[in-house]
Amino acid sequence: MEKTFIKALSDIVGESYTLTDKESLACYGYDSTPELESKPGVVVLPGNLEEISRIMALAHDAGVRVTPRGSGTNLSGGSISFDAGVILQTSRMNRILEIDEENLTATVETGVVTSALHREVEAKGLFYPPDPGSMNISTMGGNVAENSGGLRGLKYGVTDDYVMGLKTVLANGELLKTGGKVVKDVAGYNLNQLLVSSEGTLGIFGEITVKLIPKPKTKKTMLVHFPQLEMAALTVSHIIAARIIPATLEFLDRVTIKCVEDYAHVGLPLDVDAVLLIEVDGHPAQVEEDAEGIRQICERHNCSFFQTAASADEALKLATARRVALSALARVKPTTILEDATVPRSCIAPMVKLIQETAKKYNLTIGTFGHAGDGNLHPTCLTDERDQDEIKRAHAAFGEIFDATIAMGGTITGEHGVGVAKKKYLPKLVGESGIKVMRGIKGAFDPKGILNPGKIF
Amino acid sequence: MDYVKLINCMRCGMCLPHCPTYKETFLETASPRGRVALVRKFQEGELVDTEQFLEYVSLCLDCQACASACPCGVNAGELVAEFRCEKKSGQGLSIIENAILRQLVPHPDRLEAATAPLRLYQLSGLQKLVRSLGLMKMFPAALGRMESLLPTLPDAPLRKTIDEVTPAQGTEKGTVGFFLGCVMSLIFSEASLATVELLSSLGYKVVTPKDQKCCGAPNMLGHDFEGVKQAARFNTDLFESAAYDFIVTDCGGCGAELKKYGHHLDGEEKATAFSSKVRDISEILASESAALKEKLKPLNLKVTYHDPCHIAHCQGIRSQPRALINLIPGIDFRELPEADACCGSAGTYNIEKPEMSDRVLARKLANVEKTGADYLVTGNPGCLLQLKKAMAEQLPQVKVIHVTELLQMSMNAKG
Ligand SMILES: Cc1cc2nc3c(=O)[nH]c(=O)nc-3n(C[C@H](O)[C@H](O)[C@H](O)COP(=O)(O)OP(=O)(O)OC[C@H]3O[C@@H](n4cnc5c(N)ncnc54)[C@H](O)[C@@H]3O)c2cc1C
Ligand code: SF4
Ligand code: SF4
Repeated sequence: MEKTFIKALSDIVGESYTLTDKESLACYGYDSTPELESKPGVVVLPGNLEEISRIMALAHDAGVRVTPRGSGTNLSGGSISFDAGVILQTSRMNRILEIDEENLTATVETGVVTSALHREVEAKGLFYPPDPGSMNISTMGGNVAENSGGLRGLKYGVTDDYVMGLKTVLANGELLKTGGKVVKDVAGYNLNQLLVSSEGTLGIFGEITVKLIPKPKTKKTMLVHFPQLEMAALTVSHIIAARIIPATLEFLDRVTIKCVEDYAHVGLPLDVDAVLLIEVDGHPAQVEEDAEGIRQICERHNCSFFQTAASADEALKLATARRVALSALARVKPTTILEDATVPRSCIAPMVKLIQETAKKYNLTIGTFGHAGDGNLHPTCLTDERDQDEIKRAHAAFGEIFDATIAMGGTITGEHGVGVAKKKYLPKLVGESGIKVMRGIKGAFDPKGILNPGKIF
Repeated sequence: MDYVKLINCMRCGMCLPHCPTYKETFLETASPRGRVALVRKFQEGELVDTEQFLEYVSLCLDCQACASACPCGVNAGELVAEFRCEKKSGQGLSIIENAILRQLVPHPDRLEAATAPLRLYQLSGLQKLVRSLGLMKMFPAALGRMESLLPTLPDAPLRKTIDEVTPAQGTEKGTVGFFLGCVMSLIFSEASLATVELLSSLGYKVVTPKDQKCCGAPNMLGHDFEGVKQAARFNTDLFESAAYDFIVTDCGGCGAELKKYGHHLDGEEKATAFSSKVRDISEILASESAALKEKLKPLNLKVTYHDPCHIAHCQGIRSQPRALINLIPGIDFRELPEADACCGSAGTYNIEKPEMSDRVLARKLANVEKTGADYLVTGNPGCLLQLKKAMAEQLPQVKVIHVTELLQMSMNAKG
């Protein structure tokens, strides 16, 4: 990287926020994606929107490539610079600019941590539902760029459903304002929606306005065991067919149950195929009725155990198994490959079966847990990066799993994004015409191709 | 160093929001995930220990908040400390380190003698004079910081004056060995007296062997692992653990270290037995809460609690001290935001890395102020030193005391 370019960067953000030492470059060469690593040429941490604009104008002139980064927790290699370009980290931009209680919106800088926004709005009796597992560290910008989902997706939707307005810096440094606080807006193309899940390839968000909703009055948490996988899956479908939409409908499979029990000793039986964690929220009367409806459906499907939490403390206890699922799995072996294949809800049982058979075929340990209500599963392969043969088998297994996902009418990624990790599967899913349209859009936003190049397609 | 411990990090970033230095800087190099990566890359030969490298590594407080947060059981703080220990064992101790860690710290008599001039310095009024004239400005900055941290010392170290055996009051329930930490003995003797009083009033005979030596934590901080082992051997021999139902300490740092003796001595049976009997005072008292409650009288105070790293992160003790505070009738307990974040004391960190220590401390103070409490309770002498000084200077309305002092206050209150 040229010295004059680095000097110009440090003139914009200051020397202490322009990092070029070996150690820093090594530490910005990864994100949460296993096996991927590549050092950037320089790291900058802008403090405001205007600095992002100036950095982009500079990079555009110099033809230098820029990869935006929030907290680097994505699981698809999206925040890694593969061509020794600039990493632009947004964490310093962490102010909540406004919580508008009349219009029910919040406007934040891009680097605000998701759970920090939760805390602020909930203190005012409001609610911002998207709650990715990484919410204590993920940034709002990262959430928008990946269209992150969470445990409450079934009832409340994902990030996409809440983004109302964006201030985005384009590749040449110009500012693009899209949407705003209005609930209805049909003026021209819906650029807001286009920018959501663009994975840093179309522009860099500086400010984000999201929709808030009133906080649900109460909630009820239930934990259910099923000796048979099919029955658990049918229960999921039948709950929804009964017009009950739980806020949370989470699933753990047999392998995960065993790991959770080994690690946390929460009293899960080892002879059941599936555990469901169900949460309903809303008006107290409705919550009671829904919980009762769910109990009946579970019993009709031969659940072996059904417990409703009597207090907030107990609810927390019931949720432990799901909360610690990833930790329990991750501790088994050094390397954890966490995927997010997503199928139509009705295909959960065949999908879980297929994952289990594929694991057996390739002699792998794969635990599956996830958002059953959304059909979004996290098959998690427990392996060791030093065992190249096993890693190869893991990739082959996931290849088959993704093919099956597509065949079932599902998608290769429900929430983690394509990045580079899933790039090779995308054409199979969207076809040549899909890729062509995406390329066209990319060209319109970023003709020089300097924004997060090499990602998605 | 065990390489697997390094590759166990799956880079999920869950530790980042808990790391005090990351929260201050937002730099990956100042985060647990980054530190594990640095040490790993050093092991792999990709990075070498340049000055810059060591600077990044040494910015770690070793507070182990990262370990509490990590889903994979990785302990970045400990890995960094281990790395520094290994480097040190290659180099050997400097003359000064040898003098302090081997010749002074493990010898309580010498340690007490060394602090005697300080006592004199304070008693004679010299301290007031020095402070009012600002003479410390003439000395190196680190010395000035040390001087300013110095609270008023008790007349004599508690180890000298405490009874070797304090009988149980009422029916004897059991015998505990009291491990009296150096700093508790030298500086916070009131709190340790409260500890003994509480234990004895609950029916425990308290034995405080006078020959006990430092737990070895300072050696660990100085990355002198051999010194740690020597301390572990000595104390396990001294506290022949068969004689005690528990070995109790009211120093979070000692407790964390004593519980690791088994590990330090590679699972030796005697050391493991010793470690398994070690309890922080709050653990014992919380297990006696019914009996304790009867003895407590109302205190109308607004109280908050700071979790010492060595108690919350290293020993996993969080609910017990809070439960104890809430036992006291009339107490208005207010949870401290980010209660388990390091106060910036971190052994000698506040002297070695004053700038970062001050930033971490400032955050703690702002949080304490938000609670509106008039008592800040904690359980570790390092925190007591750091917080007492900070409160006196910046939030004088807030008093800082040990959990046992608060309980003693309630026990001896009128009404
Ligand atoms: C343990 C764990 C649990 C997870 N759980 C979930 C989950 O439940 N649901 C879910 O959806 N995801 C989950 N994730 C994935 C990840 O946390 C999310 O994708 C998250 O939104 C990433 O946020 P970040 O701030 O870390 O972004 P980064 O990882 O830094 O970046 C993600 C992408 O966004 C781009 N980007 C970042 N900031 C901007 C910006 N300001 N403008 C434009 N582009 C930008 C980057 O270039 C990159 O392509 C999980 C990850 C982990 C490690
Ligand atoms: S140390 Fe633990 S919490 Fe931190 S990134 Fe590594 S695995 Fe995640
Ligand atoms: S020990 Fe403390 S300062 Fe060091 S990496 Fe862990 S959380 Fe950060």
